[in-house]
Amino acid sequence: MTTTRTTHRPPREDRPQAPPPAARPRWTAALLRRRATPFGYLSPTIVLMVVLMAVPIVMVISYSVMDNVITNRSPEPVGLANYGTILGDPAFWKAATNTLAFTSVSVVVHLVLGLTFAILLNTELLGKVTKAVFRVILVLPWLFTVAIIAVLWRMLLSPNGVVNAILESVGLIGGEVEWLSNPTTALAAVTFINIWAGYPFYMISLLAGLQGIPRDLYEAASIDGAGPVQRFWAITIPQLKPLIISLALLDFIWTTQQFALIWMTTGGGPIDATEVLSTFTYKLAFTRYEFAEASTAAVIILAFSMVLAYFYARSQRARD
Amino acid sequence: MATTLSHLPKNRPDLRQHRTPGRKNPGKQAATLVALVAGALFAGLPVLWMLSSSFKTNGEMFANPPRLVTEGFNLGAYTEILTDPVKVRFFVNSYVIAFAVTGLTLLVGILAGFAFSRFDFPLKKTLNVVIVSVQAVPPITLLIPYFGLMVALKLYNTYPGLILTYMVFTIPYAIIMLTGYFNTLPRELDEAVKVDGAGPWTALWRILVPIAVPGLVSVGIYTFMIAWNEFLFALTLTRTEDMRTVPIGIQLLMGQHSYEWNQMMAMSILGCLPVLVLFLFFQRYFIGGMTAGAVKV
Repeated sequence: MTTTRTTHRPPREDRPQAPPPAARPRWTAALLRRRATPFGYLSPTIVLMVVLMAVPIVMVISYSVMDNVITNRSPEPVGLANYGTILGDPAFWKAATNTLAFTSVSVVVHLVLGLTFAILLNTELLGKVTKAVFRVILVLPWLFTVAIIAVLWRMLLSPNGVVNAILESVGLIGGEVEWLSNPTTALAAVTFINIWAGYPFYMISLLAGLQGIPRDLYEAASIDGAGPVQRFWAITIPQLKPLIISLALLDFIWTTQQFALIWMTTGGGPIDATEVLSTFTYKLAFTRYEFAEASTAAVIILAFSMVLAYFYARSQRARD
Repeated sequence: MATTLSHLPKNRPDLRQHRTPGRKNPGKQAATLVALVAGALFAGLPVLWMLSSSFKTNGEMFANPPRLVTEGFNLGAYTEILTDPVKVRFFVNSYVIAFAVTGLTLLVGILAGFAFSRFDFPLKKTLNVVIVSVQAVPPITLLIPYFGLMVALKLYNTYPGLILTYMVFTIPYAIIMLTGYFNTLPRELDEAVKVDGAGPWTALWRILVPIAVPGLVSVGIYTFMIAWNEFLFALTLTRTEDMRTVPIGIQLLMGQHSYEWNQMMAMSILGCLPVLVLFLFFQRYFIGGMTAGAVKV
């Protein structure tokens, strides 16, 4: 792939599909066809994106300014009343706070674990085969779908499960802890599960990043008398910074959207201890049938995601 | 290591000597190993426990003290699942949907990637920004209108409904990746077929697509995984048991009669098999596809 990479491109005029440069465009059939060609190739994408992306977004926004929709045959517009209801609902803010806690802790620990394992796997102290074996084992959690991760940890963390048995045998806890159904531990427990499931993505990406850092930088620093800690802060971190920012933003976007893991482990409970924005919205729509209010929450989440996406796009442009 | 050292100036033998001897500090080596073993236990023990639980009888599941291998070791949970037509149907559904999504995404992605890579057209920049940013649209935002839309289009509780839905999430990624891939292929290649009087269509399918196979594999694996793992839309846009996919099937198993933990674990093992196989056989493409899109969208 890299061998065929070329920076050489024929000048614009030579491109077969570009319209003739100097001549005034005359709308001949041939020119029209040439102009239409790229749109022909793009038409399946455009149709799909209009019908299943643009239309639904317009729909959800219009739902959000109606009194109830879907269940109501002739809904009336109510302006921004639903936004007032949602933003004044303590349950929404509880879900927002939970989402923020779940997401920020996940992102930070993902990064720390991912970077630690990446550095360990990048060591020169161990043989290639040993490192390959560890890499496969460390990447394992990444290969399971969220539904599987959820049932697995429900089994491990159940009151009479193996985690409790181990913790009890070493004396860390006295008695059966109901990790996922105790309001004080549930949020921490689902966050832990999400950490387990998500760090390999960072590990793999950062490992690739580490391997891209020129060794000469470390050589030069060593000769200047820099120790491992200094080298880490003066070379590794600055070199990986753009990658770390992208990974963290992307993970932040994904984790705020997490639904299946919460839904299948705690369902947002007990009571509202692990309610996040996506489960809050889902329940509003599909268990309480408040489709207009659910749409309002969905639009608020969309706006928030677009802000994050803007920062992500900006961080990407900064890297180029 | 040799390649690294060759970068160093030849007239500085002191530099070359600096690295080679005395670097294999046994203390450091042991510490690295211990840390990696700890990580491997953290990552691997739960997976090992899932595997061992799938061979237990349901009565032994929560035996105390916990044991990895029990007397009751048996394949009962697997035969139970593979002989139950309802559960087999979950797997059939998942495979049909995931393969369809992968094939269609590659097709649509190749066409659009080719347009972005080889043509100039009005609104190109705008379309590109749209393609990149729709990736951040939260699934939950689309879910509510999809429910009504799919009923209206008569796609509710059908394969095409789920397939089209998943394509909305896989196509932007496929376009970005394949545009980038086609950009690395020199335009002189397309020119070759022009000599024979053939158009861009021939250039795409005869020349570019065959060379782009590694890129297509990466994108295909990523797409397959998205479709195989999806939960939220599968839960909401299907209603009858014969349309459910594996992730929903696992959840249904959890709700049914008393928890059949051994069956849930066996179904999980069967459910992760395709991804595991993809990973083991296509490790390079797999990692390339999963990380490149995220890292370099």
